[in-house]
Amino acid sequence: MYSKEDFLPLQPMRCDESAELITRPGPWQRLKANKLAVLGMIIVCIMIVAAIIGPWLSPYTYAQQNLLEANQGPSASHWFGTDTLGRDLYTRVLYGARISLAVGFVAAAINLVIGVVYGGVAGYLGGRVDRLMMSIVDILYGIPLLLYVILLMVVLSPGLTSIFIALGIAYWLTMARIVRSQIIKLKEEEYVLAARSMGASPMTVLFRHILPNCMGPIIITMTLAIPEAIFTEAFLSFIGLGVNAPMASWGVLAAEGINSMRSYPYQLLFPALAIGITMLGFTFFGDGLRSALDPKEGGTK
Amino acid sequence: MGMYLVKRLTGAIVVMWAIITITFLLMHAIPGGPFTEEKKLPPQIKASIEATYHLDRPVWQQYTEYMGQIVKGDLGPSYKYIGRSVNDIVAESFPVSAQLGFGALVVALVGGVIAGVISALRPNSWIDYGVTFFSTLGISVPTFIIGAVLVYWLGFVWPIFPVALWKGPSYMVLPILTLAAQPMAFIARLTRTTMIEVLQQEYIKTARAKGLSQFQIVWHHALGNAILPVITYIGPLAAALFTGSFIVETIFAIPGLGKYFVTSIYNRDYTVILGVTMFYSALVVAFNLLVDIVYPLIDPRVTVGRRRD
Repeated sequence: MYSKEDFLPLQPMRCDESAELITRPGPWQRLKANKLAVLGMIIVCIMIVAAIIGPWLSPYTYAQQNLLEANQGPSASHWFGTDTLGRDLYTRVLYGARISLAVGFVAAAINLVIGVVYGGVAGYLGGRVDRLMMSIVDILYGIPLLLYVILLMVVLSPGLTSIFIALGIAYWLTMARIVRSQIIKLKEEEYVLAARSMGASPMTVLFRHILPNCMGPIIITMTLAIPEAIFTEAFLSFIGLGVNAPMASWGVLAAEGINSMRSYPYQLLFPALAIGITMLGFTFFGDGLRSALDPKEGGTK
Repeated sequence: MGMYLVKRLTGAIVVMWAIITITFLLMHAIPGGPFTEEKKLPPQIKASIEATYHLDRPVWQQYTEYMGQIVKGDLGPSYKYIGRSVNDIVAESFPVSAQLGFGALVVALVGGVIAGVISALRPNSWIDYGVTFFSTLGISVPTFIIGAVLVYWLGFVWPIFPVALWKGPSYMVLPILTLAAQPMAFIARLTRTTMIEVLQQEYIKTARAKGLSQFQIVWHHALGNAILPVITYIGPLAAALFTGSFIVETIFAIPGLGKYFVTSIYNRDYTVILGVTMFYSALVVAFNLLVDIVYPLIDPRVTVGRRRD
């Protein structure tokens, strides 16, 4: 007959210690093997750390003026020199990193939320809703978005919050398309059927079960959206629709540098280098991430 | 093909309607009207000016009136440049932007494709590294900085080219180079990637076995296939060039459409902003349509209406 032990839960199976664990190189290994991607990752990390702790390590503040020391070239006391108002450029570039990176990350995060929800709903519901929602995206795709970002900036009046909003609500289209195509692929999977047959609501299925499985493409799109936002912010600052003085993003610093370029080229050089290096970092990292997470794409780069 | 055209044209009209409506609403959400700056205007005069331009009517009525005008092809009068219509402004300044944009398009396409092909033919040579270096630089530095550096070196340190205004061919060199830099870099990267792929295909080996010269292989056999992604990119590229020309027109003080757009935003010149936005958007929509129609003619594997996704 049956004994009591037969009804106990099963013990987890022990692996044979001598068995060799065989793994294929996962995304992380592939990413680590890609030197440019690692370089990009290091650059991005350095920039983030510099943006967070950099301004504290400097004896100056970003707004502190010293007209006696205006337009000094790089020296031991001012590593990147000073600007036309005698403000320490090194501190301002590091402080600008905070603003530019914040613009990049926040705008990308807003894109993420709008794009994922929009694309997720369209892809999961499918049918007529999907067609309607996607033709709206197609319509918006046909619009020169930069014009609308400029208009939004004028409507909202310049400032950091307006930049977050304008960039966030303008550039979510790519994210929505990518999420939708992923979800259309994934919603036929067995585990979705399993979740549905267990009575999970559509929202639970979508957000708990399907979305975590398309994190790869979402992360890639986000990595590439960040530099795009930083770029657009630099352009807005250049035409005078950026953050308010004395705050300064890299775009503002570069625009100021251009004004005094003829006499003091270094005032343009350092902000331009900061933008360029960061762009490179994100681009390398994003490309590497793409070939690591999706080996079929971008293998020949 | 006929059905497809009808479908695409209807789509384009819907897009244009959406654009006009969104822009119209955004415009009216901007605090301050076009005549708020002239503070000294007596209220009666201000009221009569606003009555002339129908600004005193409710927004929906202004909207329907405006739509009626648009259908007739009339973009309305400018509020700031008295006595001039938006049509005048567009007719006067668009040719300048078009020269700039078209010049940059040609430079970006020709330069980008040539650079990409050359570096694909000699992968990992110094010339390949050079092209890769410059194209990486091109996509990671904002246009206005590229423009400023070009002005500094070619207009100031070695004064070869004039750095402002738009008076003749020599005035066009720096703005066109500035505008073309970023797309050229992108096209070079794109061409290099696809060209390397195409050159590994069997039919290229066959061509080589027949004893064709490198030039003939590239020109007659490889380029046609390698250039396809570049052609898809022309639509977005045209859009980028038209809007990118804002920056370039501002840097080089070129009296083009982009400069009018930026100025009219500060002036709250509603009709000019609306008109220019619509004009740009119509151009972009038309370009995308054109590319989609031309694409199957170049690549017989693609049938009309069956591209994308």
